[in-house]
Amino acid sequence: MKYYRSHALVCVDPECLAKGAHEVLDALQDELVAQGLIEEVQVLETSRIGGCANGPELMVYPEGVHYAGLTVDDIPYLVEEHFLKGRIVKKFLAPIPKRVDEELGPPQAKEVRVVLRNCGKIDPENIEDYIAEDGYLALAKVLTEMTPEQVINEVINSGLRGRGGAGFPTGKKWQLVRQAPGNPKYVICNADEGDPGAFMNRRVLEGDPHSVLEGMIIAAYAIGASQGYIYCRAEYPLAVRTLNIAIQQARAFGFLGENILGSGFSFDIEVRMGAGAFVCGEETALMASIEGRRGEPRPRPPFPAVKGLWDKPTNINNVETYANIPQIILRGASWFASMGTERSKGTKTFAIAGDVKRTGLIEVPLGITLREVIYDVGGGIKDDKAFKAVQTGGPMGGCLPAEYLDMEVDYESLTAAGSIMGSGGMIVMDEDTCMVDIARFFMEFTQDESCGKCVPCRVGTRRILEILERICAGQGRHGDIEVLEMLCEQIKNTSLCGLGQGAPNPVASTLKYFRSEYEAHIYEKRCPAKVCRALITYEILPNVCTGCTVCARNCPVEAITGARRQTHVINPDICIRCGICMQVCNFNAVVVR
Amino acid sequence: MDVRDAPDVLSVVQTAVTRHGTSREALIPILSEVNQALGYLPTAALTEIHRLLKVPGSQIFSVASFYRMLSTKPRGEHVIQFCESAPCHVVGGREVWQALQDALHLNPGETSADGKWTLLTTSCLGICGVGPVVVIDNDVYGNVEPEQIPEILARYA
Ligand SMILES: Cc1cc2nc3c(=O)[nH]c(=O)nc-3n(C[C@H](O)[C@H](O)[C@H](O)COP(=O)(O)O)c2cc1C
Ligand code: SF4
Ligand code: SF4
Ligand code: FES
Ligand code: FES
Repeated sequence: MKYYRSHALVCVDPECLAKGAHEVLDALQDELVAQGLIEEVQVLETSRIGGCANGPELMVYPEGVHYAGLTVDDIPYLVEEHFLKGRIVKKFLAPIPKRVDEELGPPQAKEVRVVLRNCGKIDPENIEDYIAEDGYLALAKVLTEMTPEQVINEVINSGLRGRGGAGFPTGKKWQLVRQAPGNPKYVICNADEGDPGAFMNRRVLEGDPHSVLEGMIIAAYAIGASQGYIYCRAEYPLAVRTLNIAIQQARAFGFLGENILGSGFSFDIEVRMGAGAFVCGEETALMASIEGRRGEPRPRPPFPAVKGLWDKPTNINNVETYANIPQIILRGASWFASMGTERSKGTKTFAIAGDVKRTGLIEVPLGITLREVIYDVGGGIKDDKAFKAVQTGGPMGGCLPAEYLDMEVDYESLTAAGSIMGSGGMIVMDEDTCMVDIARFFMEFTQDESCGKCVPCRVGTRRILEILERICAGQGRHGDIEVLEMLCEQIKNTSLCGLGQGAPNPVASTLKYFRSEYEAHIYEKRCPAKVCRALITYEILPNVCTGCTVCARNCPVEAITGARRQTHVINPDICIRCGICMQVCNFNAVVVR
Repeated sequence: MDVRDAPDVLSVVQTAVTRHGTSREALIPILSEVNQALGYLPTAALTEIHRLLKVPGSQIFSVASFYRMLSTKPRGEHVIQFCESAPCHVVGGREVWQALQDALHLNPGETSADGKWTLLTTSCLGICGVGPVVVIDNDVYGNVEPEQIPEILARYA
């Protein structure tokens, strides 16, 4: 077989041809001949290299370098630099899509935007924009017309429940803090948002920070606090910056600081940054972190409402909880309570991720069904594949199967189904997802993030992870399922904080709803979704293979044999299941079993 | 790094302490700022913080070792953070991780022998809408495909 030092693939799809791909191809051939490189560099025609938007495009292997927007005139320089001197030509590199705002599109049908209403609409760095949208009007109303008790009653009547996870009634919590003896009292905003896949809070902080500040100031008035903290994760530098600007502007306008709006009530807010520990989202760990200590949870009771920051009564709520407050005050408790279900009122933001057509942020009234969220708002499953499961509530949530698509989304029904509302992450998975692999994956996360303080969480999650890793590696044993179930039960009942208590949920829920997949892995040594490498084999279909040799040349371990125009064969003992042959075969002759 | 270019550890600590004060609650903000300025927390910095804040050294170290963003080991010239959370994982993060491994041969947390790269894994960065996500220094790359890894890394050559 002829040996080439590199392969240059030119895309010859209609889009690229229209932009002169043929001319580029010819120029490339000519120039390689002229430089005496044609024996070393193989030029191939291919399709769909990049986005097709800025062709002609060229891909060079083995470096894997992707050039785009080439013209005939660029070729001599490119050949000299890249193929002769071995230097990548930066100016021809295809632009790599950087972070873009795909998060928040125009509202879809069935969306109701309360918390997100200003996001993308107002300039978050300009307080006057917020004021023009009735900003700080609720604060003015509270300070001039309402007693703290009236504010608390309004929030209780609205039915608002905490958006940070457990769903504790917000007005009730405020009342407890107000009644708790001790001074001073604190107000904390939990902006740690550590759940993978959740970015609802970030968007509010970056897009409408004043709504959170206003909510906190109203809470402070209601409970009688003079100092507040926003604990924001350090992974959100833009949110921290936006908050600090907003706080300064609110001070300048007299909404924060001494004697707010001449009412005699004083309150100020500081931002504190986390330092990369998931468990700090748990309220007692968060307060330890603000105090400058390791972020380890402590047993509750005493609850923060009684003994919180520096042992003083403390109200802690999530970003979204606070952002709802000004609207509740302005539009009234009954307006808010008109949305949602019997026990879960208002709207909820969700971050939809995974295999769904429209990923991103949404805000929907509670009580909407999962099907409506995934199909009507999310546009359905990508590539029109089949829905397999949806994971709600982050790493302490569960995976729900298709039977639950018509379930109404509220706190109680999610919990009854073995998942949780959590902070609103929603990961949609299609038929190609292996549920054992997913359970393993979440366990890896919680095991890694366990603060290590208590044994069931620290050791138990490790045991579960070891068993799951073994099952995915094809070494599952009889009895594994039963041990997993026992461990899930014990960890849930004996861990100190919500992390350990919720950690088994992804495993328990997949065991419950996708048990046959575990069984296939363990007893039949088969991964039905064809994901777990140890349990799959690659094969070439003899009647489809054209003998083009592409797969054999690309296999990194030379597991494929076969002569040109003859059927190729994979040797399973050598194959490392990297899947490259399947990607490169232009005839879909390679299959996984 | 050339010793002459190294920011002076003591003056970095002093600046951070001046900004945040010497109360106990200032400890994490100070550690974060020093870590940001120096890339990690050298022993000299921890000792100086201990002297200024009068917090026991063992407690400073216990805090510094608890948080993922604080590092007591030097880091490479470029820090690569790979998002290993589920939303990125299910949209192809695993293949991207493999490509990073192929290119760098580093375990998470390791720095390459030439001091050029440090490879870290991170949990969700909240930009899952464009997953898989890789962050190099302060540049965020979204919708990353495994084939793009060599090219992305080449930008830092
Ligand atoms: C491990 C763990 C992580 C948590 N992470 C968060 C978080 O990132 N954001 C949040 O608001 N609440 C989080 N919580 C819930 C908080 O402990 C607390 O219940 C919440 O901030 C209360 O606010 P709410 O009543 O407005 O929901 C977490 C809980 C646990 C156990
Ligand atoms: S349950 Fe886990 S995270 Fe929570 S305190 Fe125990 S060890 Fe720490
Ligand atoms: S999966 Fe990878 S190792 Fe196996 S035959 Fe295909 S290319 Fe070769
Ligand atoms: S070599 Fe078998 S299809 Fe290409
Ligand atoms: S999971 Fe990767 S950014 Fe959220």
